[in-house]
Amino acid sequence: MQRNKKFPGRFESLEAISRFVKQAAEDAGLDEMQIYSVELAVDEACSNIIEHAYGAEGVGEIHCACIIEPDGLTIVIKDKGTPFNPDAVPDVNTTQPLEERRPGGAGVFLMRKVMDAVRYEFTADGNVLTMKKKK
Amino acid sequence: MEITTTAYNRCDVIKMAGRVDTYTAPKLQEAMDELINDGHYNIVFDMAEVDFLSSKGLWVLTETQKKTRKHKGKLVLVHTNEKIRGSFELVGMGGYFDIFDDMTDAVGSF
Repeated sequence: MQRNKKFPGRFESLEAISRFVKQAAEDAGLDEMQIYSVELAVDEACSNIIEHAYGAEGVGEIHCACIIEPDGLTIVIKDKGTPFNPDAVPDVNTTQPLEERRPGGAGVFLMRKVMDAVRYEFTADGNVLTMKKKK
Repeated sequence: MEITTTAYNRCDVIKMAGRVDTYTAPKLQEAMDELINDGHYNIVFDMAEVDFLSSKGLWVLTETQKKTRKHKGKLVLVHTNEKIRGSFELVGMGGYFDIFDDMTDAVGSF
């Protein structure tokens, strides 16, 4: 079963996007921690789309699809911004002292950590991020 | 989304409800900065009603901790739920904060 929804590319959309994927994660039978992981990964992904792919709020839309499968939930997020390749973002150094921490990179790192699969495609029709969370 | 600040003898308690994400994190940063700019460097962040914290929220707390430590103060967390604690641990930020289950212990740590 697939559910689709479009959201304005604005930070205030993040809460509605979160509610949309949370409902799908619940309906897919994920447990509480897995549902939170999905919310977190999708929030980080959509923040990055607005900040980096579109470069500002109100530039474009975010298309979100939730596919409920027997073994979990697949989320497909599409945008038409500038290709932003999170694979180029280095992993966070988790042993760094507080004073040496610099902003950036933690969102992409968290997405990779909490989801079972994260894949990016840059097509002529836009950027496609596919993430899977298994039960 | 409402942020309240309560002054105690040795520290200030900031409380926020709901989500700390890219949309709301700047408001939390503003509240933290206001305290620091007024010379209040001992801060308790009451997370009892925070149900979501993104990397932007993690960063607000990390930045605030840097600022308080420069003035020999500290930011401590209380009532942080297990899911949010998990995010702190994943990015290696858990050790930057004292996290309490009880408000009396948090306020009493100063």
